[in-house]
Amino acid sequence: MVTLGHYLIVSGLLFTIGFAGVLLRRNIIIIFMSLELMLNAANLSLVAFSRFRLNAAGIPNYNAQVFVFFIITVAAAEVAVGLAIIVALYRARQTTHVEDVSSLKF
Amino acid sequence: MPAFLFWIFALVMLGFGAAVVINRNPIASALSLVLCFMGLSALFMSLDAFFIGIIQVLVYAGAVMVLFLFIIMLLDLRAETRRKMKVVAVVGGSAVALAFFIQVYSVIGQLSAAKQPFPPLSSPKMDDVHSVGLLLFSNYNLPFQIIGVLVLVATIGVIVLSKRELR
Repeated sequence: MVTLGHYLIVSGLLFTIGFAGVLLRRNIIIIFMSLELMLNAANLSLVAFSRFRLNAAGIPNYNAQVFVFFIITVAAAEVAVGLAIIVALYRARQTTHVEDVSSLKF
Repeated sequence: MPAFLFWIFALVMLGFGAAVVINRNPIASALSLVLCFMGLSALFMSLDAFFIGIIQVLVYAGAVMVLFLFIIMLLDLRAETRRKMKVVAVVGGSAVALAFFIQVYSVIGQLSAAKQPFPPLSSPKMDDVHSVGLLLFSNYNLPFQIIGVLVLVATIGVIVLSKRELR
C-alpha cells in the first residue's frame, strides 16, 4: 500500500539527485537543470500533502495546488531569464564551465 | 491507482533524474529531464491532481525543455571534455547530498502521518480545474496578477539581456 511517506521519500530522493547535480557538475546548463529537479521535488511533496489533507467535504486541499501553479509559473520565468544570462555569459567568455568564470571568487 | 504503477513511475522519474546528472552530453541530459518530468506528471495524476499533471507536461516538457534544447543547440555545446575533478570536491559533494537525504529520511521516519494511507475521496469524479480556477480568481487574485507582472518583467529582462551590447 502506498502511503504519504512513500511520496515524501521519493520527493526527497529527487531533491537529493538535484542537489548532488548542483554540487558535482561543472557545466552551468546541467546545474540549471538540477535546479529544476529540486523545484519539482518540492512540488511533488506539496501535491502529496494536498491529497493527504482532505477538507470536511472530502476533497483535496486545493490551496497547495494553487501554490504549485505559482511555483511552476515562477520557475518558467526563472528559466527564461537564467538561459538569457547563460547566453550573455557565453558571448562574453565563450564558456559554460563554472570553473572558467571565477572573477568573483575570493 | 494500483500500487505497482506508483513504483514504475517513481522508478522512471528517479532513474531519468539520475541520468540528467550522470550524462556527459547536455542534449542527453535535457531529453532525460523530459522523461523525468513525464514520470513526475504521472505521479501528480496518481495523487488526483490532474490539472497540475497536465500543466507540468505543457510548461516543463513542452516549453521549458524546448528552451533548454534551443540554447544547447544555439551555443553548440558538445559532450564535455573530461576535466580532472578534485577528489575532495567529489567526495565532499556526495557526502553533503547523502547527509541531506539521511536527514530527510529520518524526519519522515518519525512522522506518524507518513505511515497512514491516503484517505478516500468523497466522490471519484473530480473537477480540480474548476476548484483551482475558483481559488485562483478569488482568494489568490492579487498574487495571480503579481505573477502576471513578474512574467512581463522576465520578458523585458530577457530582451535586455539578449541585446548585442549591454550598457
